[in-house]
Amino acid sequence: MHEASPLGMELGVYSFGDTQRNADGTLRATAEAIANLHEAIVLADAVGLDYFGVGEHHTVDMPASSPGAMVAAAAGATQQIRLGSSVTVLSTDDPVRVFQQFATADAISGGRVEITAGRGSSVESYPLFGYELSDHDQLYAEKLDLLMTLNSGERTSWCGSVRSGIDDLVVVPRPVQGSLPIWLGTGGSAPSTVRAGRLGLPVSYGIIGGIPARFGRLADLYRATAQRSGHHGPNIKVSAGTFGLIAPTKKDAVDRFYPGWRNLQLLMTQRRHWPEPERARYEEQTHAPFAYYVGDPDDVAERIIDLYRHLGHMRHFFQMDLGGLPHEHFLEAITLLGTEVKPRVQRLIDRL
Amino acid sequence: MAELRRLELVSSTHEKQESVVQTIAVLGVGRVGSAVARTALAAGYDTRVAGSGAAEDIELLAEIVIPGARAMTATDAVSDADLVVVAVPLSKYRSVDASMLAGKTVVDAMNYWPPVDGQIADFEEDIASTSEVVSRYFSGSRVVKTLNHIGYHELEDDGAPSGTAGRRALAIASDDEAAAAAVQDVLDRFGFDTVYAGPLATGRAFEPGTAIFNGAFSQNDLLRELELNLHPTH
Repeated sequence: MHEASPLGMELGVYSFGDTQRNADGTLRATAEAIANLHEAIVLADAVGLDYFGVGEHHTVDMPASSPGAMVAAAAGATQQIRLGSSVTVLSTDDPVRVFQQFATADAISGGRVEITAGRGSSVESYPLFGYELSDHDQLYAEKLDLLMTLNSGERTSWCGSVRSGIDDLVVVPRPVQGSLPIWLGTGGSAPSTVRAGRLGLPVSYGIIGGIPARFGRLADLYRATAQRSGHHGPNIKVSAGTFGLIAPTKKDAVDRFYPGWRNLQLLMTQRRHWPEPERARYEEQTHAPFAYYVGDPDDVAERIIDLYRHLGHMRHFFQMDLGGLPHEHFLEAITLLGTEVKPRVQRLIDRL
Repeated sequence: MAELRRLELVSSTHEKQESVVQTIAVLGVGRVGSAVARTALAAGYDTRVAGSGAAEDIELLAEIVIPGARAMTATDAVSDADLVVVAVPLSKYRSVDASMLAGKTVVDAMNYWPPVDGQIADFEEDIASTSEVVSRYFSGSRVVKTLNHIGYHELEDDGAPSGTAGRRALAIASDDEAAAAAVQDVLDRFGFDTVYAGPLATGRAFEPGTAIFNGAFSQNDLLRELELNLHPTH
């Protein structure tokens, strides 16, 4: 059995921003999507959720391109929720700037800010910022190393090949807690898992399909690799981000999530040659043991705990606003997650 | 008229000449490589895996994620393997030493998917199917294209015993029919029917973006899809 967190299970939300749609299917303003996202984060804080992750995508339908700015705004408008990126596409950003932005937001929030670094699932940032996707591995490895170096102390010396070296320069502000939690975000490959364990970073799995319980063996690999690399303690932990939507009834949740899911699939059919969406395939995914945590509070709470038995994760957070999910449904799901799912999850955890 | 054949016809022709595959080496321990190796183990094969990174990391990875597989260097893994599955990112196919695969039957499970992985010059500048390009690099090997058009988790979920009605089928392309026949037997033990599409050039019929790549088909349906793709006038 995995080590249990004395705090129980943290619950939260992540979003790439979700541009609303007009009745004719055309997209509304991206600025509205950002304002909606801000409102959602403020609500998540108010209903007692533990975490909100933002970005990073660079598309008209998912416009949360600047997690640092989004998190900074939310830092000033919230009281207790932890705020982070999900993920920061570190390969195409400057780690110094990323660190400064998140450390600034951290200061405003009183120490509630985290960074999750990852490859991300979108590739739009490469041409946008002038990088080659084929250089990804080198960019990612070096920039992650630089970000960790920046996090370890006020003065930084670093050299590498993907940007100019830094010779004993000051990087401020410093995080309220001394350092920022830096997570490694991955879709669940074993080599990425090994990387997180080796570096002693907490790992965040994006589980967007298949059977989530199968990530249990990756979590085992992560913990074993961390232990063998000499990393122990509270930083060795696992979180999971999945699709999800909560509504008063399972049927409502399934019906509400479907149109946006279908819109997303259609976009991916165009962009990445994904298969055409099918309702039957979708509905199968909304039931155990599959990956869409779309349901009523009891259903979602039970499935979170079922995954916990395999993964031992300390945080589960949901991508809810996809493909033009009506904003009021997003807000209602956030409220239900905080007020209905969270106490159920706690009760179930207490019984384990 | 159709040039497509069910591979068992080919297989029976070569049955006496082909030694049965007993040992499979999987190069790459990412999502695809791990799933292929687990499937091979479940099917009873002696399975070796090799991946980039420190040997101790790969050993621990195999122990936990692919229990039963033996982690080795790529050279050791392939040395006495009857079949080698290359499941590294396509952008890194040239990182695999072609000379060590000389004479081997090599399954190319890789895909070229620019929207996700970025453009790769070798495949942008060449109109051949990706496995033909790969095959020119592995010029001493008997390259077989398959396993590229099934999702890595489907590989472990969709398999069924031989003879199961509606069993999922996988397409195979190779310039070497004997190698294709050997792979067919392996895929049968993995839990899948097969259809031999023809030479490697026919592999384009199940590359990303095709109906076959996106779907799941029984043998008869796969045969029809291949015919539609390769012989659209019939």
